[in-house]
Amino acid sequence: MSMTDIFNITMMQGFAGLSLFSVLLLMGLGLAIIFGQMGVINMAHGEFMTIGAYTIYLASTLTERYAPSFMEEYFPFAILLAFVFAFIAGWIAEWALIRHLYKRPLDTLLATWGLSLAMQQTFRSVFGAREVSPTLPEWLLGSWSPAEGLDIPINGLFVMMVTLLVTGFVLLALYRSSWGLKVRATVANRAMANAVGINTKRTDRLTFAIGCGIAGIAGAAFTTIGSTGPTSGSLYIVDAFLVVTFGGAASLLGTVASAFGIAQTQSIAEFFISGSMAKVLTLLLIVIILMIRPQGLFASKIRR
Amino acid sequence: MTPTTWFKRHGLASWLVLACLLLVVFPLLFDNFRLNLVGKYLSYGFVAIGLVMLWGYGGVLSLGQGVFFGLGGYCMAMFLKLEASDPITTKIQSTPGIPDFMDWNQLTALPAWWVPFEYLPFALLAVVLVPAILAFVIGYAMFKRRVGGVYFAIITQAVTLILTVLIIGQQGYTGGVNGITDLKTLNGWDIRTDSAKVILYFVNAGLLLAAILVCGWIQRSKLGTLLLAMRDKEDRVRFSGYDVSMFKVFVFCLSAMLAGIGGALFTLQVGFMSPSLVGIVPSIEMVIFAAVGGRMSLIGAVYGALLVNAGKTYFSESFPELWLYLMAALFIGVVLAFPNGLAGLYETYVKPRIGKRKSTVAAAPVDAPAQHPAPTTLDALPPGLTVKNAERGQGELA
Repeated sequence: MSMTDIFNITMMQGFAGLSLFSVLLLMGLGLAIIFGQMGVINMAHGEFMTIGAYTIYLASTLTERYAPSFMEEYFPFAILLAFVFAFIAGWIAEWALIRHLYKRPLDTLLATWGLSLAMQQTFRSVFGAREVSPTLPEWLLGSWSPAEGLDIPINGLFVMMVTLLVTGFVLLALYRSSWGLKVRATVANRAMANAVGINTKRTDRLTFAIGCGIAGIAGAAFTTIGSTGPTSGSLYIVDAFLVVTFGGAASLLGTVASAFGIAQTQSIAEFFISGSMAKVLTLLLIVIILMIRPQGLFASKIRR
Repeated sequence: MTPTTWFKRHGLASWLVLACLLLVVFPLLFDNFRLNLVGKYLSYGFVAIGLVMLWGYGGVLSLGQGVFFGLGGYCMAMFLKLEASDPITTKIQSTPGIPDFMDWNQLTALPAWWVPFEYLPFALLAVVLVPAILAFVIGYAMFKRRVGGVYFAIITQAVTLILTVLIIGQQGYTGGVNGITDLKTLNGWDIRTDSAKVILYFVNAGLLLAAILVCGWIQRSKLGTLLLAMRDKEDRVRFSGYDVSMFKVFVFCLSAMLAGIGGALFTLQVGFMSPSLVGIVPSIEMVIFAAVGGRMSLIGAVYGALLVNAGKTYFSESFPELWLYLMAALFIGVVLAFPNGLAGLYETYVKPRIGKRKSTVAAAPVDAPAQHPAPTTLDALPPGLTVKNAERGQGELA
C-alpha cells in the first residue's frame, strides 16, 4: 500500500466521520432548542423530521409531474417548504398538547410518544407503508474526486453544507436576535422574563415551532442519503436525545461537540469492529460518561 | 382493629375480586387458546406492578423495563433451549449438542457463559438476579449522583437500545433477530401441551397475586411511606437523614426483578423470546399498561396490562390502522385527562356510589386527587346522610 492510498483511506474515513457528525448534529439541533432550552421531552421529534422528508418527496413528485423543467432547481425551495410545514405542525402540537404539560416533563414524554404514534399512522395512511425516495436533481448525485482514488459523495457534502448553514443560523438567532434574547431570558428565569414584559407563552410556542421546523430541514436533508418510511423518524430519536444530553442540555456548543465526539468514536470504531458492535461501544461509552458526569460535557451555568 | 376494617384497610377486597377473576372466572370462561393469551398478558402484569412501585410510588420513570423483562425471558429461554438441543435431537448439526442458531453461525462449542444455564436452579436464580444486578449497577451509579427524572428516562432508553443492538448483532450467541425459538421441555415436562399451558397459567396468576401482596405490604410499610415522601419532597427526606438514593435503588431493583419474573413466565407460556420484546417501543408500551391501570394502583395496573394487551390483540388483527391511533389516544388521554387511570376513575366515580349503602364509606378518604367537581359528589352521597358527614366527604375530596 502506497502513501497516497493510506492518505486516501484516511481522508475518506475522516469524511465518513464528518458525514455522520453532520447527520447527528442536524438531528440534535432542533432538539437542542426544544429539549435543551425549553426542557420539553419531544419524543415526536423524529416524526417532525419525517414531515420534512415527505415534503421533499411530495415536492419532487409534483415538480416531476407538472414542471419537469424545474427539476434542477426545486430542491432548495422544497427545503424551505419542509421548514414551513414542520413549523406549522409544531405550532399546532404546542397549542394542542405541549402547553398543558410544561410542568410535568415525564408526562410530556408519554404524550409526545402518543403524538408520534398518531403521526406515524397518518404517514402510513397517506403515503403508504413502503419507503419512498424523491427524485434528486442531477447536481446532487455522483461524487467529487479532487485526487485520483479519492471519492467524496456529493450528497454527503450537501448534508454537511446544510448542517453548517443551519447551525450558523441557530447560533445567530439564539444569540443575536430578539427572539433569542427572549428565549434565553425565559429559560433563565420565567417569572422575571414575564415581569419585564416578555410574552413567555408566545415565546414558548415560537421556540417549539422553530425547533420542529429545524427538524423538518434535517429530515429534508436526509432524503439525499436515504429513503423515507413512516417509521424512519423513530430510528433517530434515541440518538438525537443522547447527542443533546451528552453535550449538556442547555448548551448549543455542547451539542456540536458531542455530535462530533460521538460521530468520530463510532466511525473510528467501525473501522476495527463490526457496525453494530461499534454502535454498542459508542452508546456504552456515552452512558458510562453520563453516569459519571450527569450534566453532560458542557454544564449550564444557570441556577435551577 | 376489627376484622372488617383490617380487611378494608389492606385493600383485600379488590385483591380477592382480582384473584377470583384470574383463578376462577377466566379459566371457566375461556378455552385453552384464550387462557394462554390471558397468561401472556398477565406476564406483562408483573412489569406493570413493578412500574407502579417505581413510577407511581418512587416517582422514577424507567423506559428500560423491556430490558429486564427481556433479560428474565432470555435467562429462562437459554435453559429451555439447552434442554431442547440435546445431542440426539441435534445430531444432523455439524456440532451436535449446541443450540441450532449457534451451529448456523459456525460456533463449534458452547460459549462458557452459556454453560451454567444447563442447571435449572441457576437459570431460575438468574431470572431474578441478572435483572436485579443490572438495575443495581445503573440505579446506584445514577441515583447516587442524584440523576433523576428526565435524564434517568433517557439513559434507561439508551440502555434498552444497547441491549437490543447487542442481541441482534451477536447472532451466534443470542439467536439474533429471531431470538431463541423452538423451546420444548422444562426438566422433561413438555410445556407445549394444553395441560401444561393451563398449569403455567395458574402458576403465573398465583405468582402475580403473591407479588401484588408483597408490593402492597411494602407500600403500607414505613418504606412505602418514605418512597411517597421522597417522590413529593426529596430534599426534605434527605435532610431528615435518610439515604434517599438507596431507597430508589431498592425500588428500581424490585421493579427489575418483577419484570424478570414476568419475562421468564412469558417465555414459558409463549415458547420463545426475541429482541422485538425487549426494544424501545415495547418498553414504552409497558409504561402505558401501568398508566392506563392507574400509576398508583397495583390492582389497577394488572387490569391495565390485561386491557391494553387484549385491545392490542383485537385491534391489530381486526383494524390495524385504528390501533396506533387508539394507542396514541391512550397515551395522550392518560396524561391530559385521566392521570390516575382506571383506578382513579373507579375511586372518583364508582366507589362513592357503592358507598350509598354504607354511609361510613362515603367519608373514607379518597386517594385520587380531586379534579372532580364537588357538587357531583354531593349528588352521589346517600340521601339520609347527615350534613356533618357530607361536609367531611366533600372536604376530603376537594
